[in-house]
Amino acid sequence: MSSSEDDSLVEDYYKKLKQEAEISGYHLNSDEEFTKELLSSILVNQQRYGYGACPCRLASGKNEEDLDLICPCDYRDPDLDEYGACYCGLYVSGEILRGEKKLRSIPERRPTLEERKENAGQFSDIGISASALPFPVWRCRVCGYLCARDEPPEVCPICKVGKERFERFL
Amino acid sequence: MKLEHVNGEKKGEILLFALSTCGWCKKTRLLLEELGVDYDYVYVDLTEGDERNEVIENLKKWNTSLSFPTLVLNNDKSIVGFDKASIEEELG
Repeated sequence: MSSSEDDSLVEDYYKKLKQEAEISGYHLNSDEEFTKELLSSILVNQQRYGYGACPCRLASGKNEEDLDLICPCDYRDPDLDEYGACYCGLYVSGEILRGEKKLRSIPERRPTLEERKENAGQFSDIGISASALPFPVWRCRVCGYLCARDEPPEVCPICKVGKERFERFL
Repeated sequence: MKLEHVNGEKKGEILLFALSTCGWCKKTRLLLEELGVDYDYVYVDLTEGDERNEVIENLKKWNTSLSFPTLVLNNDKSIVGFDKASIEEELG
């Protein structure tokens, strides 16, 4: 692939993502050069691993081990809440966008592989009996969107991640 | 562990664990180059198999969360993340 083709892929990706983000109340970093480099790296990971792993974390190459770090990752929203930016600095809060707070490199929130295995299925022992509900409740791990239906939606209507990023909540 | 070397002013043994895709890692490299220091780096995402395991075991000693960038100074202390102030204080 020529570099001009790469540039146009990144440009298209940037436009699409920026539009999707703004519609849902998220913001991309306004430093366009930095942001586009990150997007270009996500495309590199897409080619390399077959999924768009977070460019600032080490992907295992195994999709099922890395579902939580496919961009947007499961840690974006808690990091936006706490630090005003995602781990990479790709997504930022309104405060950072408006220049009221400074963007900086933040600590890693992702649990280790061992911790992630332990945490799996944390909602399964919740007090309410699922059978008492007419529908199961599904939660988007990325943005917290909840819906009560037989299956999670194919694409999260809020943050646009795929069905595989949902977990049974109730 | 295969390291890439960048020539500069010798201010001790400086080793950077980084990812080739990471924005903060790039900023760290640019800062090191701006400071003009002599350092080695390894792009961990470009390693495979036994070499990957060796690099990870080494990194674990300095940063158990295995996050990037991790800068190791003189085999003695580490700076995790793009912490401009700390890097400048140590190497400026």
